[in-house]
Amino acid sequence: MNKKIKLRVNGKKHELEVPTSRLLIDCLRYDLGLTGTKEGCSVGVCGACAVLMDGEMISACLTLAVMADGHDITTVEGLAKNGELNPVQKSFIQYGGFQCGICTPGQVIAATALLAENPRPNEDEIKDWMMGNLCRCTGYYKIIESIQKAHQFVK
Amino acid sequence: MIPFEYRTPKNLKEVHATLKEFGSDAKLIAGGTSLVIMMKQRLVRPSCLVSLRSVRGLNSIEISDGGLRIGGLATHREVESSSLLRRRLPMLTETYHHVATIRVRNMATVGGGLAHADPNQDPPPSLIALGATVKATSADGSRVIPMDDFFTDYYETVLNPDEIVTEVFVPKMAANTAGAYLKFLPRTADDYATVSAAAVLTLDKTHKIISDVRIALGSVGVTPIRATAAEAILRGQPLKAEAFAEAGEKAKEAVDPVSDFRGSAAYKKEMAGVFVRRALEKALANIRQQARVKASPKAAKKTTKKGKKH
Repeated sequence: MNKKIKLRVNGKKHELEVPTSRLLIDCLRYDLGLTGTKEGCSVGVCGACAVLMDGEMISACLTLAVMADGHDITTVEGLAKNGELNPVQKSFIQYGGFQCGICTPGQVIAATALLAENPRPNEDEIKDWMMGNLCRCTGYYKIIESIQKAHQFVK
Repeated sequence: MIPFEYRTPKNLKEVHATLKEFGSDAKLIAGGTSLVIMMKQRLVRPSCLVSLRSVRGLNSIEISDGGLRIGGLATHREVESSSLLRRRLPMLTETYHHVATIRVRNMATVGGGLAHADPNQDPPPSLIALGATVKATSADGSRVIPMDDFFTDYYETVLNPDEIVTEVFVPKMAANTAGAYLKFLPRTADDYATVSAAAVLTLDKTHKIISDVRIALGSVGVTPIRATAAEAILRGQPLKAEAFAEAGEKAKEAVDPVSDFRGSAAYKKEMAGVFVRRALEKALANIRQQARVKASPKAAKKTTKKGKKH
């Protein structure tokens, strides 16, 4: 069964008809071609599919596309403005916040949501917030450092 | 997932009408964080999802009759972030903070979580220990169900297919009362508990007699379990350190855990005793902390600020 939905993704309006069983992650990746968001565990644990819905981070693998109808979605592709990376992205590059890169879109989305709430988080606050984003390369020290220093890139 | 209809009623009346149309083939969905997984795994195959996401006015958190009323559609994150709850009932703030990850807490609702009825969840033991009730609403009206009687089996509750959890009510606490929720997490911070324990303790005004106590456990049976025999050991008794350990020992008799990757049944049983004792000790420490705040609000403020957690 299909349903017509309206999404605003990274500021751009889309009207699509999707099967009701379509997951948001598949809608973003296959219907809209936004492959930055990754699917890891498919049960909401790993954080690779993190996106922002109305500014709040959610798991795109646990959300049906029809549940996002009328909402504002931000994926990793939408963080840069006019070709300029956001402070978290710059900091991840500067301080080596990734190794293989598969978890990075989710890490960057989660860190961006954290800094929106708490611009200068300490290490404990970062660990508490980021504990739902897994990195199989175990590059956590560099991820934490990148988030802690991201404020340096805020203009 | 097999094909299904997706309906978006705008108010409870429309929800009830849609549920009537589809009968027990319909499933309610709010945050979907548990239901979508069960549908992916084909454990649940509804012919229609009735979304509660467009229903307004069921997510408030407010003081009522001296207690606290939490709307069934309040998200876990709203509960965790409520300054009213942090002030009035920090035990619930901490309990909801323990649930999964922020991504899940942003979507998962209080009512949806309870209706899901996984015995590994965090909120049920705390709500049972707090003496909370659930309000369930259908087209025929509403009824109030004590949390104690709500869970019947693994993923089963007393709710009828046409009922919606619209509210949770936590009654006013007696004087000299505090609670604690402890979650034993030997693996990862976002895991389900190996064992969880909630205790709400009331002392008499001399702080020497236990006038009341409620204890509940999670992850050690097919439902959350209230440890009534352990409570009976303490109720009306003088406050002494050994008594908490005795209650812990007694609580072990109430549990029936299964062996899995979070620990063997024997180990979980042992830990149930340990965590009941610790939850009681923490509840007692919280009563004493409250008494200090009351006696000298300024000094107490200093210490709480130091231990501030985001």
